[in-house]
Amino acid sequence: MWMYSFKRVLMGVCVMFAISMLSFGLTNAATDPAQAIAGSGATAADIEAIRLAYGFDKPVVTRYVTWLRGALNGDLGESYRQKRSVVSVIMERLPVTMILGGLALCFALMLSIPLGIFAALHPNTWVDRISMALALVGQAMPTFWFALLGIVVFSVGLGWLPASGVSDWRGYVLPAMALGYYATPTLMRLTRSGMLEVLEADYIRTARAKGLSRSTVVVKHALRNAVLPVVSVAAVQFGYMLGGSVVIETIFALPGVGYLAWESISLADLPVVQAILLVVAVIYVLLTLASDILNAWLDPRVRFA
Amino acid sequence: MHSLQIPMAPEASMAEAQSRWWLLLRRAAVVLRQWPWRRMSRNGGFMFGLVVLLSIAAIAALAPWIAPHDPLVQDIANRRVPPIWYQWFSEDSNASWAHVLGTDKLGRDYLSRLMHGARISLSIGFSAALISGIIGTVLGVCAGYFGGRVDALVSFIVTTRLALPVVLVALAIVALHGSSLPVLILVLGLLLWDRFAVVMRSVTRQVASLEYVTAARAIGCSTLRIILTEILPNVMNAFIVIVTIEMANAILFEAALSFLGLGVQPPSPSWGLMLAEAKEDIFFSPWMITIPGTALFVLVLAINLFGDGIRDLTAPKGRS
Repeated sequence: MWMYSFKRVLMGVCVMFAISMLSFGLTNAATDPAQAIAGSGATAADIEAIRLAYGFDKPVVTRYVTWLRGALNGDLGESYRQKRSVVSVIMERLPVTMILGGLALCFALMLSIPLGIFAALHPNTWVDRISMALALVGQAMPTFWFALLGIVVFSVGLGWLPASGVSDWRGYVLPAMALGYYATPTLMRLTRSGMLEVLEADYIRTARAKGLSRSTVVVKHALRNAVLPVVSVAAVQFGYMLGGSVVIETIFALPGVGYLAWESISLADLPVVQAILLVVAVIYVLLTLASDILNAWLDPRVRFA
Repeated sequence: MHSLQIPMAPEASMAEAQSRWWLLLRRAAVVLRQWPWRRMSRNGGFMFGLVVLLSIAAIAALAPWIAPHDPLVQDIANRRVPPIWYQWFSEDSNASWAHVLGTDKLGRDYLSRLMHGARISLSIGFSAALISGIIGTVLGVCAGYFGGRVDALVSFIVTTRLALPVVLVALAIVALHGSSLPVLILVLGLLLWDRFAVVMRSVTRQVASLEYVTAARAIGCSTLRIILTEILPNVMNAFIVIVTIEMANAILFEAALSFLGLGVQPPSPSWGLMLAEAKEDIFFSPWMITIPGTALFVLVLAINLFGDGIRDLTAPKGRS
């Protein structure tokens, strides 16, 4: 167990290091940042002035080391546009994205687990077919189109929910649904196949033979075991949602990290862009790490696979 | 046509039989003969996917000839014309057969734009899936075949790739390098190979432990030869299934990037871009949102059904 955790943590640290290089390289080495800041209409002299002002005349490696040292101390540089520290800019926006991601995940789980259980309890019946069809439709529906349809129906047609902004809780309903439904098919299929597998197990037969009620068997014996992989995948999906919230936050004008990323990319605010990449990736790595270790702790087979 | 004749002539000369192309053709003939035509035609989802996909591909290929209008020509006198069914159900006299699906805010014919947009979606989806397929297969087959350190390295690369948020990275690259069709294809191709690597690794591991691979090694075949002639042909089924998944993914990502304004640039008729341009008309002309979205949805659904069908047809037992 300790060995397994140690290996995982080591891997996580290596991945974070690689990510820091990639996110820095993406915005600095792969392109000329001075040109990007100056815009297409700038003269050579302007670009040269920017290059000196921001220190782009130093070699990439030197800049990277400086940036990484700062990042390790919780300093991700200063935003070019807002003239504030990147950390404070991101921290200001992070809660909205976290709430959105959390709500989206809750929505996805509340939809996918019951549907998956029902589908598994009645395989090859209409319940199963409908939930499978729902999964198929969900997978093919573009997230942003789903969001736009939601606006058409609930904001324009019925007028129940606002089309943008988060002045109160109602502003979160549509974005969370739009972001969450995308994870639903995966989680539902996982619940269904997990339940189908578990329901075949000997201990379920034993539990039934003992005369336990059907609901006790399903919830206490089967679900507990079937839901394990769902939880670990849900953690990973949460990481995806943080990255995928760009589109949703832009549509609904939610002041979250995704919207910030889109703004910063459009304005070539490189320190913010690379910091967001780093933060999202680090959150993802930590989530997978936690779910891996949790899984190994709960299920010893994982450790030796 | 050629491949169909091959089983008729089994006694080919040694030189021919040893040529790699010959082997490949014979394998193709075997696949065609053994292909479960019967089961295929009974698989409703697969047939639906196949027919819809072929129709969309045909429309895309023939778009310049069959589109009723030029997708880029603006007709300012006929802006925001509703689609034909508005004439039937809402008695809207603006709707006419001249523009079956209506026009957008610049008076461009929606049906023509939709047809030309199919070309963009399909070409991006297919090329990106192919590029990512090559990258992912190389990584996955190496990891699965060699195991050990190579496996650990590949798993590190895959984990790193998974930690990068696709939309953000693609947006950043496209914003910094300017967006054109080749850049989009390349960016998506370089980002979507993770599933290929993961699946190819596990399939290769299974195949590599089979007896004919051990036999090939025992005769003294080189590693490259084993991988090319023993492993690759046997992981092709999985490859094709993942190609469909990633193609659908790439199409959705292209639409999302174009929707955010950092994908295909105006005036190209990308479906995602059409949705973005229609966003401000959402209150008064909702059909502008529903039509390109439906097209996108149907295309992706068809690709998914097609891929699911191939998976079921090629691996009847191993459903998960």
